[in-house]
Amino acid sequence: MDQFTEQANTDVIQGTLDMLILKTLSLEPMHGFGIARRVEQISRGVFKVNPGSLLTALERLKRAGWLDAEWRQTENSRRAKFYTLTRAGKKQLEVETADWTRRASAIARLLKAEG
Amino acid sequence: MSLWRQLTCGMRVLTHRQDTDRDVAEEVEHYLEQATDALVSSGLSAEDAKRAARLELGSPSVVREEVRSYGWEHTIHTLLTDLHYGARQLFRNPGFAAVTTLTLTLGIGASTAIFSAVNPILFEPLPYPHAAQLMMIWEMRNDGSAQPVTFGTFHGLQERSRSFDAMAVMKPWQPAMVGTGLPERFEGQRVSADYFRALNVSPVLGRDFQAADDQFHGPNVVVLSDRLWRLRFAGDRAIVGRQIKLDDNLFTVIGVMPSSFENVLASGAELWAPLQYDPSLPPDSRDWGHHLRMVGRLRQGISRNEARNELNVILHPFTQMYAKGYESSGGPPDGMLVNRLQDDITLGVRPALLAILGAVGLVLLIVCVNVTNLLLALGARRRNEFGMRAALGAGRMRMIRQVLTESLLLAAIGGVFGMAVAEAGVRALVALSPPDLPRVGAIHVDGAVFAFGLLITTVIGLTVGLLPALQASRGDGQQQSSRTTTGGRHSMRRTLAISQVALALVLLVTAGLVLRSLEHLFAIDPGFHASHLLSMQVQETGHRLDSDEARARFLTQALEAVRRVGGVTSAAFTNQLPLSGDFDVYGVQFERYTAVAEGALRYSVSPDYFATMGIPLLRGRLLGERDTAAAPGVVLLSESLAKRKFPHQDPIGQRVRVGPNALHADLPWATIVGVVGDVKQASLAMSQSDAFYTPTSQWSLVDAAPSLVVRTHGDAATLAPAIKKAIWSVDKDQPIVRVATMGTLLESSEAQRRFALTLFEAFGMVAMVLAAVGIYGVLSGGVTERMREIGVRTALGASRRCILMLVIRQGIMLTGLGVMIGLLGAVAASRVVVSLLYGVSRFDPVTYLLVIALLTGVSAIASWVPAWRAAQVDPSITLRAE
Repeated sequence: MDQFTEQANTDVIQGTLDMLILKTLSLEPMHGFGIARRVEQISRGVFKVNPGSLLTALERLKRAGWLDAEWRQTENSRRAKFYTLTRAGKKQLEVETADWTRRASAIARLLKAEG
Repeated sequence: MSLWRQLTCGMRVLTHRQDTDRDVAEEVEHYLEQATDALVSSGLSAEDAKRAARLELGSPSVVREEVRSYGWEHTIHTLLTDLHYGARQLFRNPGFAAVTTLTLTLGIGASTAIFSAVNPILFEPLPYPHAAQLMMIWEMRNDGSAQPVTFGTFHGLQERSRSFDAMAVMKPWQPAMVGTGLPERFEGQRVSADYFRALNVSPVLGRDFQAADDQFHGPNVVVLSDRLWRLRFAGDRAIVGRQIKLDDNLFTVIGVMPSSFENVLASGAELWAPLQYDPSLPPDSRDWGHHLRMVGRLRQGISRNEARNELNVILHPFTQMYAKGYESSGGPPDGMLVNRLQDDITLGVRPALLAILGAVGLVLLIVCVNVTNLLLALGARRRNEFGMRAALGAGRMRMIRQVLTESLLLAAIGGVFGMAVAEAGVRALVALSPPDLPRVGAIHVDGAVFAFGLLITTVIGLTVGLLPALQASRGDGQQQSSRTTTGGRHSMRRTLAISQVALALVLLVTAGLVLRSLEHLFAIDPGFHASHLLSMQVQETGHRLDSDEARARFLTQALEAVRRVGGVTSAAFTNQLPLSGDFDVYGVQFERYTAVAEGALRYSVSPDYFATMGIPLLRGRLLGERDTAAAPGVVLLSESLAKRKFPHQDPIGQRVRVGPNALHADLPWATIVGVVGDVKQASLAMSQSDAFYTPTSQWSLVDAAPSLVVRTHGDAATLAPAIKKAIWSVDKDQPIVRVATMGTLLESSEAQRRFALTLFEAFGMVAMVLAAVGIYGVLSGGVTERMREIGVRTALGASRRCILMLVIRQGIMLTGLGVMIGLLGAVAASRVVVSLLYGVSRFDPVTYLLVIALLTGVSAIASWVPAWRAAQVDPSITLRAE
């Protein structure tokens, strides 16, 4: 139990994991670990993705119809579950990006006004 | 998110659990491998990489659990696992499973059955549109009591009142249909034109009554019930317009009521005909007899009180207008009463039903306490298991959920069996129910009853699981030796056993009080000898009996024929029979008290009535053959009426005018020739015994079908067929109804109390057994846990007797505390049954003492068994066992 509370600091911001996954998959189909590494790399290590949360989120997005999944060979010829963005998923990404931008700029404005 | 996809994906996971589990496991495994590979390529050794990956990502099993716990299907899966586990627990403890399910079955079954009986009577709205608007309307006597209305009152109010959409009056009608076989008498009603409109139901076939049907000397028309239509006329749709013969008269069928029509105002009625009274209201007619019941449908937006006030405003000038008419039936009413129809028809049974509902609630409570106790005992045995689960990382909520699932499973099993018991119980209840119980036909297991069963099953499941769940979730493996928890749990179980004793005492005291009331009632002298006495009602019908002479001839011949039947000692006719529901009151005017006539029970009897019934003659003479129609009028008085009216002088020879002659100065007086003993007419508990007797020859029976009473040598009931045949040998077309021995009538006059008593006794017994089981369980659990201590005591020289007393004393302590608390409860609860009591105070010390003795005795037996087991303890074995 304790490890979750520790990781909370470096975990992705609550509610943004879905968006990050959708964004990552919009570039190319990918398996779970690939997504985690990509998120860490692009955020330069700011975000750390917990595998339990990630795999659960992938299942959730798949249920929502935003992702497809199938088992495929990886580049080092191992079997892995690859996730692909669906048409609905692309739309959802646009919605979430717009929403996030709106919120982020609002927060930024608020913080500026405070300062 | 698409609900459909959620559903289908979830179902797929549920049905292919193993596949999806493997899928998840592989994905997690792969994830770890990839992470390890990545670490290796960043320069770590394979070993270090593996460890680092584990450290960073956590244990694969935890990750797997986390991924698996996603989705609604996971909740279902856990539930199924818990259920599976719970079922295995039950199989492993068959004794426990049997006792708890049996207890729950009893509790759920009894309460569901009682609910199904009480619900349609007290709670469900009556089966009419806007039933809350329906009111019963009564005339109010000057003592505030209700009495049936006269046609005059109804007519006056209906013409003038604006508070009601429709008003109607009704009276019973029992026409005979004389066909090929035995004459058959049907229950029916004479109703005013708006009867069905007031109830807001209309015929499914044909038409409703119209004003033109309900006129003085109007046409003979009749509406049939669905049952009669199907039974006698094979559901023939062409019946409307056809004529049928009732009591020698032709009636045109104008309509058939729907099968769904339930007539709560006269549940047995199969046909309806218009009332056809004389609206010109002549003062000496039946229009002024108090024999009509009145129903009305309140106009929307008018309150009960507004309606009543309006009726009273109308009534007073009306009574002055028709003073003569009202005077002929004992004076005008003081006002009108308007009661809700449902309250009105349930008035008599409400106290008994509410008391029974309360009693079954107590039984349910005892059942819950008992099962909780058993679950706690089981929990104590499963402490190791719960400790293990806690050690393996099961959270507190998870453990509570497990225990609650198990208790719900138990309750569900009890619920399933309970519904079966309820189904049978409902049938038994209907069979047992007192004859005056309204809406008996509506008592059955329906949706509402099923919902109730489901509800209490769930509530019970959660209630009985609550304490055991908290107990289990507190368990943490290492507390094996901790004495404090053991003590805490034990005091909880003791408290539960004490409350069981208390609840059982409440139920037993209530049952005892009603039992003693019935004993008192049946010890009352009804005023006649009920054994070897048979009664039946001969419903004369047909135009050939229209004249008084023809009727008198038929009755005399019938009596002669009956007397000739072997085994018959004597026989007589009376217009009203004690304890049969007959209630026929007429005015008496005493010559000495010129003022007014007062009401007394009127019996018009043939001379042998007193000998047949065994009513003693106290003064003067009985009625005889010489008191013919032509002879001077004679009257007998009941003892109490004679004593009240003539406290210091001989009533014999005093003169009275009775019934229609009262207050008519031009009519002759009748002479009091004798005084006879008082008789209970309405019920054993009611002591209205003012009565007078006139010979049939001087006041014929026209307004009621006569009852035949027959005194026999042997068993009265077996003579019924022979007596019927004797009457039919005189006239084969006279229907005979209401055949009963007076013993049966005596019994059934207290049917409601008996009904309540039967249920109270049953519930009291169940409660007592459960309380005994509770005490036994607690003591026997205590003995098991204190084996070592008992061993030490024995080793130190305690005698067997000493050990025996040690345990029994505990049992007595529990009982004593329970009795003390229960006494307070019983004193409070007895308030509810006060209306069912007779001749017994609700604090009746005999009842309380007997119940306390009974409970103490039973719990002494329950504690003796574990005590004996404790006394058998061999210290050399128990001490070595540690």
